[in-house]
Amino acid sequence: MNPVTDLIKNLADEYGRERQHLLPILQGVVEQEKYLSEFSMVEIARELDLPASEVYGTATFYSFLEYKKMGRYIIRICKTITCSMKGKNQVLLAIEDMLKISLGETTPDGNFSLLQTNCLGFCHKAPAMLINNEVYTELTPEKVRDILSSYMKKQ
Amino acid sequence: MAKKIKISINGVSVEIDQDTTILDAARQTGVIIPTLCYHKDLCVAGNCRVCIVEIMGQKRLTAACATPCEEGMDILTNSLKVRNSRKHIIELLLSEHNADCTRCYKNGNCELQKLASEYKIMTQDFIRLVPFKNYTIDQFSPSIIKDDSKCIRCQRCVRTCAELQGVNALTVAHKGDQMKITTFFEKAMNDVVCTNCGQCINHCPTGALVEKNYIEEVWDAIADKTKHVIVQTAPAVRVGLGEELGFGPGVRVTGKMVAALKRLGFDAVMDTDFTADLTIMEEGTELLTRLKRKMVDHDPDVKFPMATSCSPGWIKYIEHMYPDYLDHLSTCKSPQQMFGALAKTYYAKARNLDPETIVSVSIMPCTAKKFEANRPEMHDSGYRDVDYVLTTRELAIMIKQAGIDFMRLDDVHYDRLMGESTGAGVIFGATGGVMEAALRTAYELVTGRDVPFDNLNITPVRGMEGVKEATVKIENPLKEWAFLEGVELKCAVAHGLVNAHKVMESIRSGESNYQFIEFMACPGGCLGGGGQPIPTNPEIRRKRAEAIYAEDEGMPLRKSHQNPEIIKIYKDFLDHPLSEKSHHLLHTHYSPRDRF
Repeated sequence: MNPVTDLIKNLADEYGRERQHLLPILQGVVEQEKYLSEFSMVEIARELDLPASEVYGTATFYSFLEYKKMGRYIIRICKTITCSMKGKNQVLLAIEDMLKISLGETTPDGNFSLLQTNCLGFCHKAPAMLINNEVYTELTPEKVRDILSSYMKKQ
Repeated sequence: MAKKIKISINGVSVEIDQDTTILDAARQTGVIIPTLCYHKDLCVAGNCRVCIVEIMGQKRLTAACATPCEEGMDILTNSLKVRNSRKHIIELLLSEHNADCTRCYKNGNCELQKLASEYKIMTQDFIRLVPFKNYTIDQFSPSIIKDDSKCIRCQRCVRTCAELQGVNALTVAHKGDQMKITTFFEKAMNDVVCTNCGQCINHCPTGALVEKNYIEEVWDAIADKTKHVIVQTAPAVRVGLGEELGFGPGVRVTGKMVAALKRLGFDAVMDTDFTADLTIMEEGTELLTRLKRKMVDHDPDVKFPMATSCSPGWIKYIEHMYPDYLDHLSTCKSPQQMFGALAKTYYAKARNLDPETIVSVSIMPCTAKKFEANRPEMHDSGYRDVDYVLTTRELAIMIKQAGIDFMRLDDVHYDRLMGESTGAGVIFGATGGVMEAALRTAYELVTGRDVPFDNLNITPVRGMEGVKEATVKIENPLKEWAFLEGVELKCAVAHGLVNAHKVMESIRSGESNYQFIEFMACPGGCLGGGGQPIPTNPEIRRKRAEAIYAEDEGMPLRKSHQNPEIIKIYKDFLDHPLSEKSHHLLHTHYSPRDRF
């Protein structure tokens, strides 16, 4: 059986199979898979006996539930005003230059995806970004190069 | 009795039931508040804000459809504040609506256009957002066109698909300015669980969801002198068509419709009611044969309950949702498809025509019929059995285009051969009708007597309740049906797919033990079909149903097996019900589809 199917079954066993358990299950799949594929959504719909369209509607509503294939590390750079004023653009250019991808893209090796996000609540330490669940603040082009280098070494 | 409370609307004091919404209270007192996302069939959404009113003492305006009245409320529906805000709301809705009205199929029958016209929106104060919208136009389905550029996101279609039909093909996806009405993974309607029932079309206030029309194709066929164009009209069309052409709801226009079709230039005008009667002969015999196989032969393969197969929306629903129950479906084709198969065989032979030259058109209250006619299963005559399916609305458009003064037409009768029908065929158009017609014939076939209901009216299966039940006890049957002595035939009727779901679940869980079930995809049966005039609401459905039953009462013959043309077709062509020929032409099987 497909490992995602097992994962979904386990998540449903853990959280339950009612409509209100959809969200934690979606989160659980994203945690593991980084995104929700068409296959995962169909399997979740089947497991919870929900219309597939409803799973899709819920998945697309939440910013942190991706429905396109993502890299191992998802970089989310804050796009809101404080971060912009504090030099987010230079940071973004540095990332794009280093990874050779634009916003919304994934590196060909499947390691990094670059996205924007709404306010992370770190305006006092702007500019800020997330890599998966880690927060990085007071970014500069130099700092962001170091951070990305460390992730590249991790592999 | 509900508790009464006192409120004031536009300075006039009124007493109304507690828990009445402001919108209903206003309507009761003769004050019209415009609405858009509100529909009587559906739950309240309160998202379009067109129905805002001012409640004295409250700073913010309130949506009338979503707010219950409270004691002493002083409501203004037309204050300056309300007027200006409402105008802005309509302008905002228009700013994201592709208002290319003259090129729109719904031109003249669009609720947003009507509001814009009432409020005289002449200027463009907001940025037109349509060019920046990432919209798609989905034309892949043979039944439905979905044009997102005209969608105002009121979600009536989403609520229809979920609440009335339980299909959930449509959903709301994304959020904020990106929010859109779409399907699973934004696939084409044709590739998801959509049953093509067309209820979304019937509930859409704009031109975002419309039927795929075949008007020009039919005009071309009529103009082609080498073609013999034959048309059939479904039972429910005659009680709906009038609404598009100046009559009120529930007016029967059978004779005028036939006259209009002749003037449009169709070579023969026939009646789907004829094949409805034929369906009863085939389906009734099939039911009795199944009973015999079960009770006398103890055949383990015979499936009960047997389910009707007239409604193509229901067929696609069961293919998707209950593929393991497909054996329960009657093998009978729908009356439309029976007619199509006979038009290019029986009719062609009788009129000495080459079936190649026959163009078979049907007028249906239904959009799913367009899909059905397109099915690969439906080519048993050696040709495509039904070439073009038009909805009631499309026929009205053709009549208007042809400049026919419909009101002044004299009644004309259907052509011979496949134009005669009985009251049993007529009531196919209402929920419970197929059941009632089948019982009238089957009971008489078995006992030789009329079904034991007053004046043949099997009232328990009539009306608008979602699931209806009836039990008919068979007593003193004829000799060959002796095994049915004392058998209680348990029947159920479900209309609206959400009710079909309830019945199917009760079968799956084993708590119900019906023998025969009628399923209709649309609320009210075909008379509330997705191809019927817009608006369709509970009140209008009730009036159309009354008209159907009045038509039945007025028929000299009211049992399918009495129809002289039915007797003739069995004598001349088909032999007997379930004969080899009828198996080939009139019966079919369906295949499972994915639910997700």
